[in-house]
Amino acid sequence: MNKKLFWAGCGSVIVTAGLLSFKLLTTGTGAADNAGLTLPQGFKAVAIAENIGSARHIAVTPQIDIYVHLARPQNGKGIVVLHDNGGPKADVKTSFGNFGGTGLRINNGYLYASSNSTVYRFKLNANNEVINPDAPEIVVSGLVSKRTHEDKAMAFDNAGNMYVNIGAYSNICSELDPDKKGCPILDSAGAIWKFKTNKVNQKQSDGVKFASGLRNVVGLDWNQQANQLFVMQHGRDLLTVLFPKLYTAKQSAELPSEAMFALKEGDNAGWPYVYYDHQKQKNMMGPEYGGDGVKEADPKYLKPVMGYPGHLAPVGLMFYTGNQFPAKYKNGAFIAFHGSWNRAPEPQEGFFVVFQPFKNGRPDGQWEIFANGFAGTAEQKAAGRAEHRPVGLAQANDGSIYVSDDSKGFIYKISYQK
Amino acid sequence: MIIFSVWAGNSKAQAKKSALTRPPSVATLSAGKTVYTNTCLPCHMADGGGVPKMNPPLITTPFVLGDKSKLIGIVLNGFSEDIEINGERYSNIMPPQIQLTDAQVADVLTYVRNSFGNKVSAVTVAEVKAVRAGKK
Repeated sequence: MNKKLFWAGCGSVIVTAGLLSFKLLTTGTGAADNAGLTLPQGFKAVAIAENIGSARHIAVTPQIDIYVHLARPQNGKGIVVLHDNGGPKADVKTSFGNFGGTGLRINNGYLYASSNSTVYRFKLNANNEVINPDAPEIVVSGLVSKRTHEDKAMAFDNAGNMYVNIGAYSNICSELDPDKKGCPILDSAGAIWKFKTNKVNQKQSDGVKFASGLRNVVGLDWNQQANQLFVMQHGRDLLTVLFPKLYTAKQSAELPSEAMFALKEGDNAGWPYVYYDHQKQKNMMGPEYGGDGVKEADPKYLKPVMGYPGHLAPVGLMFYTGNQFPAKYKNGAFIAFHGSWNRAPEPQEGFFVVFQPFKNGRPDGQWEIFANGFAGTAEQKAAGRAEHRPVGLAQANDGSIYVSDDSKGFIYKISYQK
Repeated sequence: MIIFSVWAGNSKAQAKKSALTRPPSVATLSAGKTVYTNTCLPCHMADGGGVPKMNPPLITTPFVLGDKSKLIGIVLNGFSEDIEINGERYSNIMPPQIQLTDAQVADVLTYVRNSFGNKVSAVTVAEVKAVRAGKK
């Protein structure tokens, strides 16, 4: 992909869209400009909700109710329910749940939602409405949560299991492993844990450490074709700050990769000992543990199935199973990249939704930017001062998708119209 | 630009002030900016605005504008307390900046306290020494 040309083109589109949206907002419409987003030919975006709070993961029901989890409760409510009435603005149906957080998903008659330490679930009625919003069950509580990488995100398989990310509470474990004897975080975090969904009131110790050596995962989804869990790992920070002799600022902006893994039980992705370099397409030995930017990692560690530029922060992953979009999208992955802060002095990047083509349950071909323009102007993007930041992804039965934004609390609906 | 406006804004009052409250020199601010760029900017960002929910801003917070020995202590010892700054929580742990000399700590904190809209007194090498001596 010719990135430079692409960015230049986007810049002018965004500026134009920005001017348009100003005009249109004042007249009360706002649909014609794709809500400030740039999309492939034939796609259309509408901001069906605005300013609903710090919107993280979302789920949509067959009745086109959209559950939105807020990072922090608004007026004491951490989950907002919208109804997409087909018009330019969704109805706000209700809100409930006294906890903020990121993870939210519908599975087998329940709405699951997480705080940073607990996964709750709410029984749904035949219309997929929450029956008792004030009395959720606790599926599992007491999950490790020590500020850094404390978001809990969930995915489900078809065999009654729930997978929860328990992020490592550190960048690279240096402060906890000064003598390099082995990172103590890995006992209880830096891993995906697996829990049964037919049990309530579980503790972390009731679950199984499913796959380890994963620094932090927020975007994860079950791939039905491969019948396998896929996760997006956030790579470590500050290579050039900590190892200025080994990595230039430019290298440190691009590396390590944000990496997509296809996981099996018992896999070890190698954090903090290993990082992925998508330019070399190799797992590299981490500089804290003997690496020099050239030495490769021990091959026992799991290799990603795809790597993306560093620090873009993939926080939403969704396999597209709908029929509305053109055929190439079917069974491919949409990835919401929240956007970087850790590429300075290089310009910040991300703040977009990527499409990764798949074939037979594995990435197949070059990823592409699907929805861009969340950040606003090129200056806002470069400085990391984005207007909007994509997070959650959900697919409606008709094949439209929804994207949440935790900066201004927008919910975008993206459809294909040919 | 920032350096210039700090100077211009203070030039009249400067004559009456004692050495301790005098605006910092261009050389100090320039040295501080270099330390900031290499050490602090990757997390706190070029505009000092930090990163929402992760790295706190350095703009008009009590941590930057308040007790200097506390601020020096954060640089020397790192910071991992779970606190709110202007109503927001920040999750990342700041490691101790043990590689910085007393002069570099003084310069960078003086720069931070006189940049991004901040305008308070300089941090001296003696103040950094005192905090370092009292540490551990």
